[in-house]
Amino acid sequence: MNELRDILTSTATRLLGTEVTKESLQEAEAGTWPAALWDALETNGLACPLVPEAQGGAGGSWEDAHVLLHAAGRHAAPVPLAETILASALLAGAGVDIPDGPLTVAPVRAGEALTLSGARLDGTVTGVPWGRAATRVAVTARLDGRPHLALVDPARARCTPDRNLALEPRDTLAFDGTLVDAAVPLDDGDVAWRLGALVRAVQMAGALEALLEQSVRYANERVQFGRPIGKFQAVQQELAVLAEHVAAAGIAAEVACRAAGRGDAAFEIAVAKVRAGDAARVGAGIAHQVHGAIGFTYEHALHFSTRRLWAWRAEFGGETHWAAVLGRAALARGADALWPDVTAR
Amino acid sequence: MPTFTFEPCELPAGAEALRAEVRAFLRDALADRTPVLRARSWMGFDPAFSRKVGARGWIAMTWPGRYGGHERSAFERYVVLEEMLAAGAPVAAHWIADRQSGPLLLRFGTEEQRQRYLPAIARGERYFCIGMSEPDSGSDLASIRTRAVRTDGGFVVNGTKVWTSMAHECHHMIALFRTTVDPESKHAGLSQFIVDLASPGIAIRPIRNLAGEDHFDEVVFTDAFVPADALVGAEGQGWAQVNAELAFERSGPERYLSCMQLLIELVRELSRDPDGRAAVGVGRLLAHLATLRQMSLSVAGMLEQGRNPALEASVVKDLGVGFEQDLPGAAQELLDVEPRVAGGADYHQVLGYLTQIAPSFSLRGGTREILRGIIARGLGLR
Repeated sequence: MNELRDILTSTATRLLGTEVTKESLQEAEAGTWPAALWDALETNGLACPLVPEAQGGAGGSWEDAHVLLHAAGRHAAPVPLAETILASALLAGAGVDIPDGPLTVAPVRAGEALTLSGARLDGTVTGVPWGRAATRVAVTARLDGRPHLALVDPARARCTPDRNLALEPRDTLAFDGTLVDAAVPLDDGDVAWRLGALVRAVQMAGALEALLEQSVRYANERVQFGRPIGKFQAVQQELAVLAEHVAAAGIAAEVACRAAGRGDAAFEIAVAKVRAGDAARVGAGIAHQVHGAIGFTYEHALHFSTRRLWAWRAEFGGETHWAAVLGRAALARGADALWPDVTAR
Repeated sequence: MPTFTFEPCELPAGAEALRAEVRAFLRDALADRTPVLRARSWMGFDPAFSRKVGARGWIAMTWPGRYGGHERSAFERYVVLEEMLAAGAPVAAHWIADRQSGPLLLRFGTEEQRQRYLPAIARGERYFCIGMSEPDSGSDLASIRTRAVRTDGGFVVNGTKVWTSMAHECHHMIALFRTTVDPESKHAGLSQFIVDLASPGIAIRPIRNLAGEDHFDEVVFTDAFVPADALVGAEGQGWAQVNAELAFERSGPERYLSCMQLLIELVRELSRDPDGRAAVGVGRLLAHLATLRQMSLSVAGMLEQGRNPALEASVVKDLGVGFEQDLPGAAQELLDVEPRVAGGADYHQVLGYLTQIAPSFSLRGGTREILRGIIARGLGLR
């Protein structure tokens, strides 16, 4: 680990570990914006790790961003930290100045890009994470048939509030000739969509670690039949399976971040999102089974992780979407390229 | 809470350079092998092939030169292993000696034992099997009853080993025997020996598996003499030594590639007329395969750093065998054809063969339940 990564890790762990509590999560779900937490994250320079220092960021790599995204998932941070990291990276990559405040990215594939006419944006996008709370949103739009990254103030759009399973804001933004702050051509119209999947995969790996930690702790504390339930083989075997999936999702996400820092990470990101999704499906089930009825209550904190996993699993493309991407490419390349392609990554 | 560390690991350029060399060798050496023969990889006992691999310097790769080894890195060894398995090379003859018996002797053997066995293993000429399980001792390995009793110049052995892979083809067995009976502890009093399988008093009888193969054996010892210098390590330290050995067995890339030929042939069949369902199914398998490879590489990285990845290796093995064991079923969901033992296309036979041997994947080298118990201990639950 390098020095920057150490600092990011310790700062994020300290801030999120103290500021994100069951109470603050419940308040956020009730609609309160956790201003103090956001200000602390921004002031401590955790919001823009991928932005070069000359543009006011931390000048880090995707591997540095990984530790923040992972921590955001692990602590279920009720703020658009991951979205701001992603948006600021996209904007910096496009040479656009980074606005202050929480940012977000519209989950748009190249084929569904909105329309730009000059500096005017038209179209509707659903499921924008934290759309209502962001100072600016990065949107993929088409200008004269070519994909662009547009930066726009969501306050200028018609905003219909919506939420995901974890009650995180996922709003519909309708643009009707809305003036954008900037629009820059993109070589790859899917970049926002794909990096959105990467960000979610890393957050999921973090949330899965939280599930394992909570489940092992609970199994060692909860006594039935005169001993902690973690002493029963049936429970041990289930927790071992959970640990395996946590490890798999974790390394897949980390490898994808490493690849993203080098350029073409399409394969690794698809792998990471599929693997995280499969781990979430199995892992959330085991965590709830181990926790019994108490884990099924709103009072207990387990659901802050499991509901996020169920929601994030589908965002920026679920396992089926990304598996199809991988599978179509593999079938087009043919049987004899299968193993050479795997070892080339 | 204790957790596992799976740090991403990358193969150095030198190891990648070796890959092309291995592929070229395998293309030539396996040119006439059908897909169903390749699917038998681990079961393929082919001394001529093993000698060729030895001549290339691809056995005993990490061992010291004075024992016939090649002093190459764990990463270079990793590349050779994964290429052999992905290609379905017939590795059974030298595999156990390279993976387990040699490293065991390097760690616990006497200088005389190393000089005597290791160079021949490295040449691909000396084949070893592992005598652990007995009729009444499977997962509960410490309960074994085969006795080795001190006599003039050595030990007299009586008892029976079972499920010993390829004993009828091998020169030697690394055997775990009970040298003293300690009513206080079943783990005490166990010792490991190098047994010459041509010695008198040893009867080897193949046990046919459900696929009709004579792959593993029953080995009966009746007053068989084993000389004192065949003892490996310290008398009574067999349990600790065996666990170190099993860590070698569980740490390689071999624990997710057993059905690679099926995946390759499935892609060949599906790519003729791909549809969305085929793409999703293949993509999901590929995501799991690629992740298992990264986990396996991470374990190789730990080995290269001289760390002990016993726990991580158990994680990879359990996930890996789950993947390869599910593959025949997953393949049938994607392509509805009849598995066959003979006739039909190559794909039918590969599917037929692997469907039948898949149950063994989560038994050999430690059952699923044993591995998950090891992982649970690592989590602080036991």
